Amino acid sequence: MTTAIAISGLVKTFGSTRALDGLDLTVNTGEVHGFLGPNGAGKSTTIRVLLGILRADSGSVTMLGGDPWADAVALHPRLAYVPGDVELWPNLTGGEAIDLLGRLRGGLDSRRRDELIERFDLDPSKKGRTYSKGNRQKVAIVAALASDAELLLLDEPTAGLDPLMEVVFQDVIGEVKAAGRTVLLSSHILAQVEKLADRISIIRLGKIVQSGTLVEMRHLTRTTIEADTAGPVTGLERLPGVHDAEVGDGHVRFSVDGAHLDAAIKHLGEFGIRTLTSHPPTLEELMLRHYGDELAAENNGSRQGVRK
Amino acid sequence: MTATATPALGRTAERTGGGTLAGTGVLLRFGLRRDRVRIPVWLAALTLGTLWPAAAFPQLYATAADRQAAAATMRSPAGLAFTGPEHYLSDYHYGSMVSHQMLGFMVIMVGIMSVLMVARHTRTEEESGRAELVRAAVVGRHAQLAAALILTIAVNIALALLLTLSLGSLGVDGVTWGGSLLYGAANAAVGITFAGIAAVTVQITEHSRGASGMGLAVVGAAYLVRAAGDSVGSGLSWASPIGWAQQTFAYLDDRWWPLLLNLAAAAVAAAIGFALSVRRDLGAGLRATRRGRSAASRALTTPLGFAFRLHRGMLVGFAIGMLVLGMSYGPFLGDIETQLQDIEIFKEALVQLGGATFVDSFVAMIMVLLAVVAAIYAVIATLRSRSEENSGRAEPVLATGLSRTRWLGSHLTVALVGGPLMLLLAGVALAATGAPTVNESGLFGEIVAAAAAYIPALWVTTGLAVALVGWFPRASALAWLVVVYAGVVGYFGTILQFPDWMDNLSPFGHIPRLPIEGFSWTPLLILTAIAAGLVAVGLYGFRRRDITTK
Repeated sequence: MTTAIAISGLVKTFGSTRALDGLDLTVNTGEVHGFLGPNGAGKSTTIRVLLGILRADSGSVTMLGGDPWADAVALHPRLAYVPGDVELWPNLTGGEAIDLLGRLRGGLDSRRRDELIERFDLDPSKKGRTYSKGNRQKVAIVAALASDAELLLLDEPTAGLDPLMEVVFQDVIGEVKAAGRTVLLSSHILAQVEKLADRISIIRLGKIVQSGTLVEMRHLTRTTIEADTAGPVTGLERLPGVHDAEVGDGHVRFSVDGAHLDAAIKHLGEFGIRTLTSHPPTLEELMLRHYGDELAAENNGSRQGVRK
Repeated sequence: MTATATPALGRTAERTGGGTLAGTGVLLRFGLRRDRVRIPVWLAALTLGTLWPAAAFPQLYATAADRQAAAATMRSPAGLAFTGPEHYLSDYHYGSMVSHQMLGFMVIMVGIMSVLMVARHTRTEEESGRAELVRAAVVGRHAQLAAALILTIAVNIALALLLTLSLGSLGVDGVTWGGSLLYGAANAAVGITFAGIAAVTVQITEHSRGASGMGLAVVGAAYLVRAAGDSVGSGLSWASPIGWAQQTFAYLDDRWWPLLLNLAAAAVAAAIGFALSVRRDLGAGLRATRRGRSAASRALTTPLGFAFRLHRGMLVGFAIGMLVLGMSYGPFLGDIETQLQDIEIFKEALVQLGGATFVDSFVAMIMVLLAVVAAIYAVIATLRSRSEENSGRAEPVLATGLSRTRWLGSHLTVALVGGPLMLLLAGVALAATGAPTVNESGLFGEIVAAAAAYIPALWVTTGLAVALVGWFPRASALAWLVVVYAGVVGYFGTILQFPDWMDNLSPFGHIPRLPIEGFSWTPLLILTAIAAGLVAVGLYGFRRRDITTK
């Protein structure tokens, strides 16, 4: 089994809202898969379908070789889940909640539990209602990571964590990855996914719009080039794949599609390059490309871009 | 009242015009907006709750002899503990009856309303973090408490006016306009006193539940103190804000001055509240929260142990309530025959029931009430699963190896065992306190058996609730209709002689009414089978549907 999660054509509607609209997602065993998208794109809904909390309307979903709805109880001991917004029981302590969730799943490693509590600097003797958002999140993270689950479903797990704890979290996920476990990590914190993820899927309006390694994705997107040249550059705007060219006297700045990078640099070479800087696309830019049309539509005030 | 409270701590109020009270007006209007449904519901419930019995008294006690008989029943330590001071009995007209029998009980409700309202607009806001947003605006540090108190006082005054107008216009003999004005004012005065006390309790703990719990404990203590004082006619009643309201003897003597004690206590308490509020940080309490265990016990991490833990507080609290309820009827059992046979309407109702003795009939009559109160618990316990789901706490649990059936089943188990337990506790308490007062052998067992017979009806109630949770989760609160319907039919059905089909619609209507009717297994087995079917249907529906997520 090399595929931990295989989803195709998944549709989930809530009344008239189409939360998932033919979603396809493949997560390989042993990889950390970044699941990126803005709020409301359908990340949590997808994860809840995988948990058997929500029932798919149509499409096929296979997780760890089983059906997440029908085989929920058999699959759950093999996975651990961290919700994005952790609610705890007001009169149970954090330690009790960790043990409760861990043991109900089928046992947790108490040494690892204590180690994680230490690393995340969590006070397990406080009652649930007294925890801050970040500390509630830590409770769920410790409960999930103290397990030996082969698949971790993490739904924006670090929302509310401070930067120090964010680093601890990344270290721990690194260890999980080294141990060969599979992680589906949903986030809109792009830097986090960039560091951890082997592959990334970008979800928008209930559909995966792009999926692949970061390198593949960068290839598909634009690189920004800035250069000083000996003479004034001409004809750059006419090259295919070149955008937003600003040509000054001996200085150019433009962005170019990955496929046309080679031609653009060759063209530039004819004018005598003195300095050259290139910026690979950041995930922000990747995201902006997929949401850019919406932003543009809003900026132009044209409301014709009806979302379906 | 806030006017009397603030100058005492106005030392920081020097800079701007509003000072520590800046923004109170805005917050007050905001509070009114937030409670625009809650306030009318409270006012309507409290007004109708008073008006209904008051309007029924002339029918229940038609003659002077009836009223004298009622007064005689009340003239015992138990009777006075549950109503009010004995002086009311000296001229027991309808006005005195309203004041004597209703005031002590209704002001508990008014107190609850006031405490919850103050806590909701102060501590709950701090706990949720919303207060921080508000306080960051141009809002003085006393403004939130002041606005909460003004709002609560205004609601109490509105209640006083509503009670005055509605009682005064009833036109019942003895229920005078002057008395009604005082009766309404007494309700409001008690409410305002407890609002002041809540202003103190919300300073003490970090949590609104703790703060309102402490406030409600004071309400309960005030009632118990006056009950103890009135039962033996000692001055102890004067140590209770509820006692002060009753000492007005509205409709009888119409004396106003005891209410000054209420207002003075409210002012002092509120002043203490304001003073304490500047001695602590926003969001913190004066008393630090206790810590708990840093690891879970074995028992907690089993599905049933976990459910029991979540239900524990309510289970224990309700159980105590049921014991008190059972004990509150018991002491009357011995006198029931001599007291009730003079009151035509009760006598007719009891004869209609056809028991061998008045005691048997009375037991049968109140047992359905105890059963309906136990059904309240059954519904609360069943719907707890729904509130776990709504709050988002069910989701991580259902993502573990726990199946949906076992998760819901563990809450159901608490409901299916807890409901009958509540009923048996009340039954045993009634039997233990009542049987010794009656010279009838075997009565203890008969009373307990009468209670036990209602267990299948509780199961059906739980079954209906879980069927709703499984299939129509958004409508699961409809389960309360069963309780309300059974209560209305059970309580008024006998007195007002409703047709049989109305009784038959309620699961409680099919239970053999021991000890006046013979025991019969058939309806009990049928009800149990129906309950089992409903539970199965509910569990099946719950397995098929989406879990509500946040």
